Amino acid sequence: MDKFTTLTGIAAPMPLVNIDTDMIIPKQFLKTIKRSGLGVNLFDEMRYTPDGKEIPDFVLNQPAWRESQIIVAGDNFGCGSSREHAPWALLDFGIRCVISTSFADIFFNNCFKNGILPVVLPQEAVDHLMDDAKKGANARITVDLENQTVSASDGTSFAFEVDAFKKHCLLNGLDDIGLTMEKSAAIDAFERANAMARPWA
Amino acid sequence: MTAPRTLYDKIWDDHVVHTSEDGTCLLYIDRHLVHEVTSPQAFEGLRMTGRKVRAPEKTIAVPDHNVPTTAGRETHIDNEESRIQVEALDKNAREFGVVYYPVTDIRQGIVHIVGPEQGWTLPGMTVVCGDSHTATHGAFGSLAHGIGTSEVEHVLATQTLIQKKSKNMKVEITGKLRPGVTAKDITLAVIGKTGTAGGTGYVIEYCGEAIRDLSMEGRMTVCNMAIEGGARAGLIAPDEKTFQYVMGRPHAPKGAKWEAALAYWKTLFTDEGAHFDKVVTIKGEDIAPVVTWGTSPEDVLPITATVPAAEDFEGGKVQAAQRSLDYMGLTPGMKLTDIRVDAVFIGSCTNGRIEDLRAAAAILKGRKLAPGVRGMVVPGSGLVRLQAEEEGLAQIFQDAGFEWRLAGCSMCLGMNPDQLAPGERCAATSNRNFEGRMGRGGRTHLMSPVMAAAAAITGHLTDVREIMAEAV
Repeated sequence: MDKFTTLTGIAAPMPLVNIDTDMIIPKQFLKTIKRSGLGVNLFDEMRYTPDGKEIPDFVLNQPAWRESQIIVAGDNFGCGSSREHAPWALLDFGIRCVISTSFADIFFNNCFKNGILPVVLPQEAVDHLMDDAKKGANARITVDLENQTVSASDGTSFAFEVDAFKKHCLLNGLDDIGLTMEKSAAIDAFERANAMARPWA
Repeated sequence: MTAPRTLYDKIWDDHVVHTSEDGTCLLYIDRHLVHEVTSPQAFEGLRMTGRKVRAPEKTIAVPDHNVPTTAGRETHIDNEESRIQVEALDKNAREFGVVYYPVTDIRQGIVHIVGPEQGWTLPGMTVVCGDSHTATHGAFGSLAHGIGTSEVEHVLATQTLIQKKSKNMKVEITGKLRPGVTAKDITLAVIGKTGTAGGTGYVIEYCGEAIRDLSMEGRMTVCNMAIEGGARAGLIAPDEKTFQYVMGRPHAPKGAKWEAALAYWKTLFTDEGAHFDKVVTIKGEDIAPVVTWGTSPEDVLPITATVPAAEDFEGGKVQAAQRSLDYMGLTPGMKLTDIRVDAVFIGSCTNGRIEDLRAAAAILKGRKLAPGVRGMVVPGSGLVRLQAEEEGLAQIFQDAGFEWRLAGCSMCLGMNPDQLAPGERCAATSNRNFEGRMGRGGRTHLMSPVMAAAAAITGHLTDVREIMAEAV
């Protein structure tokens, strides 16, 4: 997993609420057995006509946002399924940070496993950043994970909360399976005790 | 003396392997369910790092999302990508030695129907799967939720999950339900009230007389859609109904182990005075048969209502509602019962169990699909299918003009050939009405099996109570 430290980039404005995982990556692209290559199909049905032509109105098809690295989104981004193909598609497109007032739980967790930082901010802050996002490259947003701030183009800075463990893994690009395997003695002990206490399990 | 605990607190406490200083926990996982779509990259990860599956005897694999529901699928799947994914699961299951129900096995079906049916899901367990509808298993009083593929790999390798505890939310449905109102109406009504993000950060415990009165199948329907309300999981405390359902299932404990398990399971309830961070109460008698009109599961209305206008909403929901109306091809003010349907889908992990098929068949018996309406019944498992055939339900569906299919997820997410065409409108017993969910441009109205059966007969969204009145 790539580290995430600081990022300054173009943000795509997507104010629609409840952007779900089926919008982010429709089911026909879940048939892959790889993690890579999904960026071209990110937001596929919003982005392309049924015969594969770009829909010019869609934000990521517009010249100002083709190089977006950040999405500023409406409430409850990523609701729906557990498909990790959603963050894989975002990452493959080049998105490293999504900012919203709220995220669906599983999507939120999946982001951290893939070097993507989901940032939760209050409505006023998201509105402010949405205005920047609408200006494309003229108003780049800076995300600083170490200091837990998002800075708008006018210098306004918004502090955000992030789980300490998730932050540590993201800052250092850590594989959490390796970290857990260091605790295998504790897992062994739990399994021994569990076999006594709940032998049916 | 320990402080009073919720059911969630108790299950959580019994599964903590390790707690870090910052409160991050390592939680032991009792059952790991696996399907073909979200697991290939996880098994590949194990292979690349030389890791093994830590507890293959607690890992249960079954193909469900991609499999066609038509005859001949045992030998050939036309869609090459689907076939490769199903073959990858087959290879991985055998190579890593996990429990496996291939498509040739009569027990194959939707993973969330197979788990309880085979007795893998038991009260007080932690159950995970790379699928958001894992919440279904909460009906047994087990802590069950969906995980992403990276977490699938983590559980395969370590049999644990890194977790922070969620908050406790109580959803109480008091009193009795009215005739024609089912578990599906309860779960949709709750989402209609709390919204799709209302449960974010919480584990929900459903309780109250109307919940207690539900069968295990009904309870699974309620918990299944906890995720649609944003919750990590939904739980229902186990009771005699739960124990009766579990007893005698192939992987349920037997003999002395059964007795020990039962004694433990009877401790799985929320203590008097335990703290809930959020409480939602709905009177059972206030719930009507409901349908969704839009493209979010929170777009719920009683069947007697009319299509809303975008201006009826506030904030970001105005834009979303307008987009939904456009996508669904609906005009504000029209009666929901005037919405004509092209297709009816009965199935899915929400409503693909035997009781769902019985309920739908009871409405359809001696009746026919409306002209021009396509009907499809997809049993949740091979065993549900078999039982429905033995009970004569399959014949009722077929006599009514429905297609009687093999088990799988099918049209609920349209990964296999069962899909809606653009603009087609479907009365569906599934769980998501998202844009494109059942096929690009397809329009989904979520409802209960009896409501779907009613729509099948009339060809438009229909108050099932009117059909029930005719039958009397």
